[in-house]
Amino acid sequence: MKKKSLWPKVYLAFVFIVLYAPIFYLTFYSFNSGGTMNDFEGFTLDWYKELFQDTRLLIIVLNTIIIALLSAAISTIIGVLGALAIVYMKKRAAKNALLSLNNVLIVSPDVIIGASFLILFTIIGIKLGFTSVLLSHVAFSIPIVVIMVLPKLQEMSLSLIDAARDLGASHWDVLSKVILPYISPGIFAGFFLALTYSLDDFAVTFFVTGNGFTTLSVEIYSLARRGISLNINALSTLLFLFTILLVIGYYFITKRNGRTAGAGGGNE
Amino acid sequence: MENRARKLYLIPYVLWIGLFVVTPILLVVYYSFFDLNGNFTVANYEKLFTPVYIKMILSSFWYAFLITAFCLLIAYPAAYFITKSKYKQLLLLLIILPSWINLLLKAYAFLGIFSTYGAANSFLEAVGIGTRQILFTDFSFVFVAVYIFIPFMLLPIFNALDKLNPTLIDASRDLGASAWITFQKVVFPLTIDGVKSGVQAVFIPALSLFMITRLIAGNRVITLGTAIEQHFLITQDWGMGSAIAVFLIITMVVIMVVTGTRKRGVQ
Repeated sequence: MKKKSLWPKVYLAFVFIVLYAPIFYLTFYSFNSGGTMNDFEGFTLDWYKELFQDTRLLIIVLNTIIIALLSAAISTIIGVLGALAIVYMKKRAAKNALLSLNNVLIVSPDVIIGASFLILFTIIGIKLGFTSVLLSHVAFSIPIVVIMVLPKLQEMSLSLIDAARDLGASHWDVLSKVILPYISPGIFAGFFLALTYSLDDFAVTFFVTGNGFTTLSVEIYSLARRGISLNINALSTLLFLFTILLVIGYYFITKRNGRTAGAGGGNE
Repeated sequence: MENRARKLYLIPYVLWIGLFVVTPILLVVYYSFFDLNGNFTVANYEKLFTPVYIKMILSSFWYAFLITAFCLLIAYPAAYFITKSKYKQLLLLLIILPSWINLLLKAYAFLGIFSTYGAANSFLEAVGIGTRQILFTDFSFVFVAVYIFIPFMLLPIFNALDKLNPTLIDASRDLGASAWITFQKVVFPLTIDGVKSGVQAVFIPALSLFMITRLIAGNRVITLGTAIEQHFLITQDWGMGSAIAVFLIITMVVIMVVTGTRKRGVQ
């Protein structure tokens, strides 16, 4: 009926090229023996070798991963409890108040979260470093977990719980054998998003990290301010591969769990 | 017993809300009333209305507006074409994927591409325009910001377009409306909520960017975010920084009310 136009394809191809060109540009020059991001002199793996010999950087990578896993785990636990609390809440006004407060950190710009947390930690006397970074990451990940878990809890039929109770299940049994398995796709999605939020975060960490402790994002920032160094290119390539692996892993987890739980870009 | 367990669920979550949602906002408001020497004052807010700051605020808004407008112009057609494609889900995933790559790395890539002898200048040379200073200009700042925010604009628009009932478009065409009129009177009004959430997701972060202003715009562009960062981490004038933060929070609330968010996903 309608004639197929070529324009959509050309337009989309253009958008995708622009979106991916910088990433491939970085990757390409990570193999450049010339030492700049301009002319490609010859193939080398030196930058990767250098990367793996840089113990300082490896420690930073390790820190970043530890922060990400810990903050994702803690925020998932608190977030799931929070979602349960919201669902069990009887008063509508209280429920809505909790939901609005939950979304505050999602819509707040990073700079404000970072600045206000900096004041908070200074006032309650938490030394800037590992603890402050971990606490901030937990804090800004919790609302995302709640958002991912809530729809699953709400679509769950109450008769499932009633049936379990009637058949003699204790409160704990209902939670561990009925509710948690049912909402597990939401929990996985929440955990995964918390993980990526933590790995990606720059702005908040930049404010609350002290002198002794840095994460990868903050380190890349200070390296990049000094100019181009192909170490960063090699590092980016590895991070890019890692991101793709995470996404594929996430994709399969949600796939296996049946329906996908609204993946990605949870920036509201 | 049941009730006790329910209360237990509430404790960590409410503690989190108290400590990390409510307290930080109150602290920012509180600090905005103190000067460098710890005296109570409204001088920070008075300073906000001096020409220097008004100029900074206006330019920050102007850049955020430009970034949002370009994002919308590029993302809307792209989202539309993706919904029409056979490989809709795959294409959507491909759009989202770059948004998961560390922001710093994308900014860093542009340091190379826009450098004096980088790819962009080689291209300009090849088409006969010649080498230009691209890095540390307004253009590079807006370009990189648009690049970074496109997925956040595209996603809500895609969702809105995807939910659009295609029979409405057929009906409009059958009744004699041209493609443009159909878009104007049917498609766009029905997806305006997606556009609004996209604008929200881009405009507010664009006001508060600070990393890209340093790396890509070389301190030429001062956004509200850059100003806050400077006051907190460089000049250590937390009072002034907090006052700007309060201003940013108020702006954010106003934008959200104007673009009229409905609570999504939760009833």
